[in-house]
Amino acid sequence: MAKKISILIVDDEESVRDSLYNWFIEDGYHVEYAENAKKALLMLETESFDIILADIKMPGMDGLEMLRRIKLLKSDSIVIVMTAFATVDTAVQALKDGAFDYVTKPFDPDDLSHLIRNASKQITLSEENENLKQKVVSLENVEDLIGRSEAIKKVLKDIESVAQSNSSVVITGESGTGKELVARAIHSNSTRRYFPLVSVHCGALTESLLESELFGHEKGAFTGAMYNRKGRFEMADNGTIFLDEIATISTRMQIDLLRVLESKKFVRVGGNKEISSDFRVICATNRDLKSMLENGTFREDLYYRLNVVNIYVPPLRERIEDIPLLVDYFIGKYCSSMNRPPVTIESAALKRLEEFSFPGNVRELENMIERAIVIGNGKKISLKDLPLEKSIISNSVESLDELERIHIHQILNKYNWNISRTAKALKVDRVTLYNKISKYGIKPAE
Amino acid sequence: MALQYITLISFGYFDTDFLRNVADAVKKEFLLVVNLKEGHLDLSEYYDPTRRQYNGIKLVHEVETAFSSDSSKTIGLFSVDLFIPILTYIFGQAFLNGRTGIASNYRLSNERYGIKTDDRLIMERFIKEVIHELGHTFGLIHCHIPACVMRSSTYVEDIDQKSIHLCLNCRNEFNNTLKQ
Repeated sequence: MAKKISILIVDDEESVRDSLYNWFIEDGYHVEYAENAKKALLMLETESFDIILADIKMPGMDGLEMLRRIKLLKSDSIVIVMTAFATVDTAVQALKDGAFDYVTKPFDPDDLSHLIRNASKQITLSEENENLKQKVVSLENVEDLIGRSEAIKKVLKDIESVAQSNSSVVITGESGTGKELVARAIHSNSTRRYFPLVSVHCGALTESLLESELFGHEKGAFTGAMYNRKGRFEMADNGTIFLDEIATISTRMQIDLLRVLESKKFVRVGGNKEISSDFRVICATNRDLKSMLENGTFREDLYYRLNVVNIYVPPLRERIEDIPLLVDYFIGKYCSSMNRPPVTIESAALKRLEEFSFPGNVRELENMIERAIVIGNGKKISLKDLPLEKSIISNSVESLDELERIHIHQILNKYNWNISRTAKALKVDRVTLYNKISKYGIKPAE
Repeated sequence: MALQYITLISFGYFDTDFLRNVADAVKKEFLLVVNLKEGHLDLSEYYDPTRRQYNGIKLVHEVETAFSSDSSKTIGLFSVDLFIPILTYIFGQAFLNGRTGIASNYRLSNERYGIKTDDRLIMERFIKEVIHELGHTFGLIHCHIPACVMRSSTYVEDIDQKSIHLCLNCRNEFNNTLKQ
């Protein structure tokens, strides 16, 4: 037996309690008993039992009333009711009130074994179901977080460990690394997943707009406020609020935010009624909040309130080994959304991508692949489909001269060595261009 | 106190050879000295006229009080129909990790189920029941291995499915208990 099932016997007759007790301990169950409903309910306050076997006819509180109270305490309890006076009405009532089964005393030994076996099976199934749910949930909504690198594995592990808690999370990382995806994954895997995830891009809003966005406003609070409006904190009730670019909020907003985080209560702009909301906060920033603390631009108390857990999302250049997987993923994603047959990528193009520094991180790579699919030949993504020439180029190029030589050569190729058009594009005169071609020894065949 | 022997006390009408065979089988299984005794009880005190059966709980308590000792595991052998208040019948019962148990052959005979008498089968079933109850007194709980004598049996057909022996796990448990 994997787990020792615990049984609580509730019966006023000592001989019945003893019989059942002996029968069940021989089966290897953990068994305890109570002589009345009141004592049983007291025991259930401090200890949980997998199965409760209760007599219906007992002095004081009867078994049906006890069943109702047990169900209020723990709705998934398995309660089996027993009686010596079986009537259809009581059986139906017991089942309606949530009893797992109903038996008439005395019962056949085989029936008792079956009854307990069925209940044990139900317990095992419920536990398996819960485990499976957790497994499924742990995989939910992380499909956009692609990669097999240790760096991304750590992020996924962090998500898994923090998701089920209610702690505030600060997600740090450069722009385009996927901080919002991490926030979504945390929300999707939390117990709040059936409630909203409300995102606020703090950097995109002025102070007064942000205040109204976060706290909502009452009709007439300011010019144009024609109707009451719910704020994001109110909308995130029972769910999660994601504050992106948290480092951009003003000092005054930092104070307001701290107050809301501490009390989970706020007042709409122009209102006087206090509103409560139960939300979890996840923030993201590409700035170094610690250095902002030091120079006084971010409040220390708010920092510690928010930064209970920190998840660092690494830049793409720190997980180069994930680039082929990401490329495949984006090719699949965009070919499918554009209703095109799947394309492949030339190995030279992939190599160049792996060498590229990607200042815009995964977002930049995604845009590149989307563009390449749009402008490409529909079969294979080649170097010329990738806008690497503009973004300049390879990690291996360090000198400015080399960079200039490559750039001039690419623009010459682009305009089929038309000197006038190339010079115009480069914003230099023709003489300068000739001098550069001569200086770097650039040739059409190169 | 180290266990020295097993005592089987007959309270019913049993053939002497039948009892000797049971004792021999028990001895072989547990490798302990087995004493066979005859006991006397006024069974009418344990009879429940409404159920027309004998109260197994009261009987096992009586055997425990009047016939058991710390140096022995004692099993009362009966030939009456036993019940406990919650169940319609039992084949036997014992105190888990205790020193006393009881077993009855009343419901073990084929003719009670409309089948041809088979004396060898009754004896085999009874041996299994006695060893099973003794197993409980040694602290063994019901085993999930189908052939193990400690597997729970609620019908005679269940008894026939298992062997008269402890499985390896139960044997090890038993040996550990003896060492303590």
